[in-house]
This record gives sequence, C-alpha cells and structure tokens, in this order.
Amino acid sequence: MSVATSPIATPAPPAGRKTRRQVMERVRLIILQIVMTAVLLTFLAPTLWMVSSSLKSRPEVFAVPVVWIPAQPQWGNYAEALQMLPFARFALNTFTICIVTVLGVVLSSSMVAYSFARLRWPGRDFFFTLLLGTMMLPEIITLIPMFIEFKWLGWTQPGNVLGFYPRNFLPLTVPYWLALAPLYVFLMRQFFKGIPIELEEAALVDGASRLRILFNIVLPLSKPVIATVAVFAFLQSYNDFLQPLIYLNSRSNWTLALGLRALNDVQMTGRWELLFAASTAVLIPILLVFVVAQRYFVQGIATTGFGGR
Amino acid sequence: MAATTAPAQPQLRPQRRMSFHRREWLQGYLFAAPFLIGFTAFVAFPMLFSVWLMFQKWDLLSPATFVGFKNIQRALTDELALKSLANSAIYTFVAVPFQLVISFSLALALTQPIKLRSLYRAGFYLPIIIPVVATAVVWQRVFHPDFGILNTALGWFGIPPQAWLLKPELAKPAFIFMSFWMIGRQMVIFIAGLGNIPASLLEAAQIDGASKLRTIFNITIPLMTPLIFYNMIIAIINSFQTFVPSLIMTDGGPENSTLFVVLNIYRNGFQFFNMGYASALAWELFIIVIGLTIVQFYGSNRWVYYES
Repeated sequence: MSVATSPIATPAPPAGRKTRRQVMERVRLIILQIVMTAVLLTFLAPTLWMVSSSLKSRPEVFAVPVVWIPAQPQWGNYAEALQMLPFARFALNTFTICIVTVLGVVLSSSMVAYSFARLRWPGRDFFFTLLLGTMMLPEIITLIPMFIEFKWLGWTQPGNVLGFYPRNFLPLTVPYWLALAPLYVFLMRQFFKGIPIELEEAALVDGASRLRILFNIVLPLSKPVIATVAVFAFLQSYNDFLQPLIYLNSRSNWTLALGLRALNDVQMTGRWELLFAASTAVLIPILLVFVVAQRYFVQGIATTGFGGR
Repeated sequence: MAATTAPAQPQLRPQRRMSFHRREWLQGYLFAAPFLIGFTAFVAFPMLFSVWLMFQKWDLLSPATFVGFKNIQRALTDELALKSLANSAIYTFVAVPFQLVISFSLALALTQPIKLRSLYRAGFYLPIIIPVVATAVVWQRVFHPDFGILNTALGWFGIPPQAWLLKPELAKPAFIFMSFWMIGRQMVIFIAGLGNIPASLLEAAQIDGASKLRTIFNITIPLMTPLIFYNMIIAIINSFQTFVPSLIMTDGGPENSTLFVVLNIYRNGFQFFNMGYASALAWELFIIVIGLTIVQFYGSNRWVYYES
C-alpha cells in the first residue's frame, strides 16, 4: 500500500484505518442513496403528475401550488375520457396489430436467424451483412417509396381481407412476417450460435428435418431470446405512431396512439384531467408487460449493445 | 459417425456429401426466404424507387413528370429545408453530449451497492416504454406557462415562469430538455458495460491509493469508451430523426423553430404530396447521417480504446 499518497493515511493502526474507511464508504453510500432518490423523483415527476392529475377534479388540475394527491380520486375521469372517442375499438385494433406483429416477428425471425446461424448456403455472409446494414437504415428513407408501393398493392384502400382483417393493417404487419426487423434476427442468430450443435447433429442423424429441429430442439432452448424479441416487438408495435398515422385512414381502424393524439388535438386547452386519464390508460397495458418482462427488456438492451453479461 | 462407414463404401461418400450440401443450400434459402423476399420488396426496391422519385414531380394523382435536378436543388437551397436541417443539427449536437453525461452518471451511480438498486434502475428506464404520444401529451403540459410543473419547479429557485413552447428561442431548448428524460436505453447499455469491467483493475487502483474520482477518469471511462462511442452513434442517428414530439406538441412552431428534418419530409410527402421533393429531402438526411457516422468512425481511433 502506498501510504504516502493516500489522503486517509494517518499514523493510526491498520485495523482502525480499515474501519474508518468502512465508515467513509457507508457515509458515501448514504449520501448517494439520498441524491439518487431526489434524482429519481425528478425523473418520475412527469409520470406521477400525469397519474395524479388523471384522478383530479377540475379545480385541482389547475390549482397552484400543484396538488399531488387528489382529495377524492375521480375514477369517473377514466370512463369519461375513454368514451369521448371509441377507445375500446382502438384498443382492439392496437392489440390485433401487436399480436399479429409479434407472431410474425418471432416466426420469421427465428427461421431466418436459424438459416444465418446454422445452414451454409452461398451468399449467406453477404446477406447477413445486408441485414446488419438494414439495422442502421433510417426509417425515413423508405417511408415514401413504401407508401407508394403499398398504395399499388391496394393496401391503403378501405375494406377487409379474409373478411375480418382490415386491409390498412397489412402495411403495418406484413413486413414483420418477412423478417424486416433485423435487430431481432440478429439477436436470435447470436443466441442460436450459443446452443451446442451436438443436439442438432444427433437429431439430423436420426433423420429429423430442419424445420423439426428448429421447432422441437432450438426454439424450446431459446425461450429467453424469444421473450426478449417478443417483448421488444410488442413494445415497438404498441408505441408506434408514424406508421399508423400514415396508413390508418378511417377512424374505425385507428390505434390507441392515434386516438390519444386526436383527443389531444380537440382538448388543447380544456380538460387536462381527461387527457391525463386517457394517457394513463394507454400506458397501463405496456406497464403490465414491463413489470412482468422487465428482465427481458434489460437483457435485450444489454445484449444489443455488446455481447451481454 | 460417418467416418466408420467410409472405408466400406469409399465411392459413395463424395456423392452423398454433394447431395447433402445441395439440400443444405436449398434449406438455407428456404429458411432465409422471408428476409430475402422482404429485403427485396421492402428495402432494396423502395430505395431504388426512391432514387427515381427524386427526379420526378409527382402528387400521386396526376402522372409523374421528370424534373431533373430540381428537387435536389430545392432540397439544398430551400429556406425551410435548411432551417429544418439546422434545427435537427442544433438539437442533436446540444442534446447528445448531455444525454451521454447524464446516462453515464446514472449508470455509475446505479452500479454502486445502494439499496433497492433494481427499482431505481426501473424508474429511470420507465420513460422509454411510455408511448411517445402519451409522452408528448404530458410534456406539452409540463411546459405549460401557467400550470406546468416545470415552471413550478423553476419557481422554487426564483426563476420566473417561461412560455417554453410558445417562444422560438425557448422551444428547442425545451425539446432538448425533454430528451434528457428518455435516456433509459443508453443507461442500461452503460450499466451492462460497467458490470463487465474486471474488478481486479479497480481493486488494483484502490490498493495503489487512487481516489474514486481518479479511478473513474483513469480506468472506468477509458474502458467504457467503446460503449460511449456506440451510444453516441445511435443517439446521433436517432436524434436526427426525432419528430413525433414536435408534430404533436408544437407542429413545428413557433416560427418553425421546432421544424425538424423528418417533420419537414413528412409534411412534404403526406400533406403536400410532393413525393419527389420529399424523397430528395429523405436522401439528403440519409447522406448526412451516414456521413456523420463515417466521420465518427474515423475519429474514433483517437479516443476509443479497444482491447488487444
């Protein structure tokens, strides 16, 4: 130990110095805890304000100073807000799009990822590079040509396909069935690479088809990455605003995000408590997903950056 | 496995291998088919199509007409286009450094052994999962001159209320401030990286009597430069593309001070139906973003530390 340079290095006996250091460390952690609590509360303030205001009576919303806990929670705000526009319909639309998206992402990404991870075919590395390149591609560059393309395909027309699925949902969901979510393919490929190949070789010798190997051996072992990808895809689809804005023309096809925006536009000055109630209601499903699957969120982000822990 | 049967049938082996290979090729293409089709239909074709569009004047109603370099020229000289580029550039270059400092500091603090650590992490991550429309709705009111909580909080420090989103000189700072709220993703990546720093290095520094602060600056930060670089690249790409908050909160105003590039593209494409001009603007943005990324990669040799 270089006693000379240490600021705590007093002639005290080693044992005493150790406890002193421990005390300093404790004090440091307590201060840090207090500081972080304050910072956290600052960060949470807008969200807490939103939730608390959603339960306020009208005078409380505009009270100065801010009322944080409403005297009497106005649960009726939620019913009133969600009846101003057909939010039940929006919720149904949103969940339909989300579920179709998640299914498409998981199925197509796992197949493509398996091909990139395990099968050898000419051009594979080239296409994998293209896939990585697509990850960096700004959404905006394909926005306009894709709109025209979907228009040609007739997917911007009103009506349903198969009798029940709104045609306008096709531009929002079909690309995901074609593995156009390169990040998810990448995540799955990395995970598949980590699965011992011996299991698959044994199955191959037994004459199992590749499809069977993927569904009966690889995917059951890949639950963590499937969960991560599913949660990400759900979140992305649920929170998306730009694509629905462009493709969902008729109000009966709107998602929750579009409904909330419409409510905001008509309610610019008026009744904040209703807007906050609608915002909170839109947040609740995603919050539930977050609480249940927080582990996968964090894992996913950590691995997206660099190899994970 | 196969090797044991090989000596018995020496002639069969190469043939079998060929067919096996060919089958694997076929399976490879079949399994990758969704991506190969998707990439062709929804990435490659739109990009080429977009190049063609750049040279057309087309409102989707009347037939497209060839206009040469007019759209490109306009994208490079139009006052609004330049203004939107400047807005996005200012937003990006002011917001990103702060974002990195904030997310890195939070990550450092939240890797210390404080109590309820994972709950704190979740709290800082929460804003990321809030739907962007809800975020915009709430922040529009956070910035409200009379009833917003930002002015209330500033009032505690004796700062008079400001009309954040209503004044051209304050609207951009307001959006920059709002972006600090959404740094959860960067923070999580930093936390993961900090967990990978070998404890032996930090212990060695401690034994040598280095202070906490010195350890951070001389060991932690140099080792984290690859992740700082990664977060910086992603943050710059994303910041250049933000526009939904401004679409909802200010619709580009006041006086176009929050007219970001993508909002300008969106307007030209989907409100004015100038498909050709909008494509030219999109390519302009694309080239700027790619150019910035390349420049950063070149510059990274100077400050990013790579092991071995």
